[in-house]
Amino acid sequence: MRNRTKAVSTSVVGGVVAALVVGLVMGLIAGPALLGTGQLQVSTVTSTVTSTVTVGGTQTAVELVGDIEVDGSSTVYPITEAAAEEFMNLHKKVTISVGISGTGGGFKRFVIGETDINDASRPILKAEADTAASNGVEWIEVPVAIDALVVVVHPSNNWVDCITISELREIWKPDSTVKMWSDIRPEWPREPIKLYGPGPDSGTFDYFTEKVVGKTKDSRTDYVASEDDNVLVAGVESDRLSLGYFGFAYYSEAKDRIKVLKVRDDAVGGECIQPSDDTASTFVYPLSRPLFIYVNKKSWDTKPHLREFVMYYVENGAKLAKKVAYTPFPDHYYQKAAALLKAGITTGLYELTTLKNRNAGPH
Amino acid sequence: MADTLLNTALRGRRDRARQFLDRFTPVLLSLGVFVGVAAVTSLLFTVISTGWHRLSWNLLFGYPSANPQIAGMRSAFLGSFWTVGLSALVSIPLGVASALYLAEWSQHRRLRRFIEFNIANLAGVPSIIFGLVGLSLLTYGLGLGRSIIAGAFTLGIMTLPLVTVSAVEAIKSIPEALKQGAYALGATKLQVTRYIILPRAVPMMMTGAILAISRAIGEAAPILVISGLLFIRTDPTSIFDRFTVMPLQIFNWVSRPQQAFQELSSAAIIVLLAMLMMLNAAAIVIRYRYQRRVML
Repeated sequence: MRNRTKAVSTSVVGGVVAALVVGLVMGLIAGPALLGTGQLQVSTVTSTVTSTVTVGGTQTAVELVGDIEVDGSSTVYPITEAAAEEFMNLHKKVTISVGISGTGGGFKRFVIGETDINDASRPILKAEADTAASNGVEWIEVPVAIDALVVVVHPSNNWVDCITISELREIWKPDSTVKMWSDIRPEWPREPIKLYGPGPDSGTFDYFTEKVVGKTKDSRTDYVASEDDNVLVAGVESDRLSLGYFGFAYYSEAKDRIKVLKVRDDAVGGECIQPSDDTASTFVYPLSRPLFIYVNKKSWDTKPHLREFVMYYVENGAKLAKKVAYTPFPDHYYQKAAALLKAGITTGLYELTTLKNRNAGPH
Repeated sequence: MADTLLNTALRGRRDRARQFLDRFTPVLLSLGVFVGVAAVTSLLFTVISTGWHRLSWNLLFGYPSANPQIAGMRSAFLGSFWTVGLSALVSIPLGVASALYLAEWSQHRRLRRFIEFNIANLAGVPSIIFGLVGLSLLTYGLGLGRSIIAGAFTLGIMTLPLVTVSAVEAIKSIPEALKQGAYALGATKLQVTRYIILPRAVPMMMTGAILAISRAIGEAAPILVISGLLFIRTDPTSIFDRFTVMPLQIFNWVSRPQQAFQELSSAAIIVLLAMLMMLNAAAIVIRYRYQRRVML
C-alpha cells in the first residue's frame, strides 16, 4: 500500500516535470516559428520604408557588414535610434546597438575604446579628453541637432510671460532665498513658488546649471526633481504656482497643458525670445544647446560601415531630428558637414555651427 | 448591595468598550486589505485603459523603432526569455543543492546556522547591488562582456536565496518518520534523498523556483547596469550576444515625450503582467496538486 502511494506520488511529480520539459521544448521549437512569421510581417512594413528612403539616401554598391556599438546620452538616444533603424533597413548586415548610460557614463566607456560612438548632450570635458588621450583614443566630434530647454509655468499663470537669465539664476542657485513669487519681482503675487526640474543625473540638469547658475551641477536642492521629464510635465500642469524646466520635445507634446515662458539673456542685453525651432536653431533663444555624437577615430579609419553610418546620420540629420521632435541645425550645416566627412576631413565640424553660437558652453 | 451595582455598571461600560473594539477591529483590518486592493486595481485600470488598444502581435514580434506605430519589443522579449531561462538553470540546481546540504547533509550545526543567516541576508540585498557585482565580476573580471550569460548569472545569483529558502522549507516539511523508516530499512543517505525527499519536496521547490523566476522577469535595475542597452534589432543567437529585457524597454518608452510611446509602454506592461500572472498561477496549481496529494 505504502509502496503504491509512493509510486503514485513519484509518477505525479514525474508527470509534472515531464510536462514542463515537454512544454519548454515545444516552446523552444514553436517560439522561433511564431517569431519567424512575426518577422515576415515586420519586414513587409520596413521594406516599404526602405524603398522610400533609398530614393534620396545613400546607396552603395558594396554590401556593408559589421557591428557598431553606440552608448551615451538619453537625450540624443531618440535621434540615434531613428538613424540606426533607417540605416539598418538599408544595410541589413550591419548591426547597430544603442545604449543609454548618460553622457558621462557613455564617455567613461568611450574613452577606453569600448564603444564606437558616444551620444553626448554636451561637449567632451577636459578630464574625459585627457583619459582618452592617455588610452590612445582619438575622436571625431559631430554636432547632430539642437535641444532647447523650456521654462514653463501653469497655464493659469497670468503674471509672467518673460523671465531673464539672472532671475532664473536667483531662483535656482544654491542657497537661493527665493520662496515666494514676489521674491523675484515685487509686483508678482506673495505666494509660494513651486519648483520642478530634472535630477542631478540628467544632462539637462548639467547644461541648465552651467548656463544659468554658472557652475555645472550647482543648484538648489529643495525642488521636485525627476529624471523623467514626463513627471515634470505632470507636476507643472497640476500646480497653479509651479515653475519648471525641461527639454523642448516634452513641451511640444504638452503645448495645450502648460505655458512656456520667453527667456531674455540680460547679460548680453538680449530681448525676450520665444523658444521655437527657428530661434533655437540659430541659437538666438538663450537656452538652446547643441547635441553631438563622438566617433572613435580608429573605428572610423578601420570600419567602412561605420563611416557610411556617420555620413548617413549627418546627411539625414535634419529629417531625423524633426522626426523625434528635436530642432535641426540650418540645412547648410548638414550639407557642409557631410561634404567635409566625405572628403575625409574630420575636424572643424563644430565650427560650422557657430552661427551666433554663444550658448554652446565651454569647448 | 451598592457595591454590586457599581460593579455591574463598571463591567457594563467595559463590556461596551470591548464590544466597540470588537466591531471596530475588522474595519481597521479590512482597511489594510482595501488599500492594497485599491492600489492594484487602480494600477491595472490605468495600464489597461491606456495600453489595451495598443496590444498586438507586432508589439511582441516587431523590433524597436523610433516610429511608435511600428515599434515592438521583440529583442527585449527574446532577451528576457534567454536571460531568465538561463538564470533559472543557474539558480534552481544551485539552490536545490544548497538546500539539500543545509537541511539534510550538513553535520556542522554552527556552519549551517551561519550559512542560513547569510542566505536570509542575501535575499534582502537591493537588486542594483547584484547588478554592480555582476558588472565588476562577470562583465569585466571574467571578461564575459555585456552578454546574456553575464546578465543570466547575475539574475541567477540574485534569485538563488529565494530558491534556497523555499527548498529548505520544502525539505523540512517532509515527515521525519518517512526518512527514519527508510533508514531503518537500510537505505543510504543518498537513497533517502533520491527516493524519499526529492519526490515529495519537488512540487514545493518548484513553487519557490517559479516565484523566483517571476521576480527575475520583472527586474530592471541589475540588467540596466549590465546591459545598459535598449536599441538592438537582432535576435540573440548565442549566450555571448548583447541583449536587452522587457522592463528596460518599458522604462525607455515611459520616459519618451510622445503620447504614443506612453501607450506602447502600457501595452508592454500588460504583457509583462500577464506573464507574471501566468507564472504565479502555475506556482499555485503546482502547490494545489501537492496539497491534494498529501491528503491521499
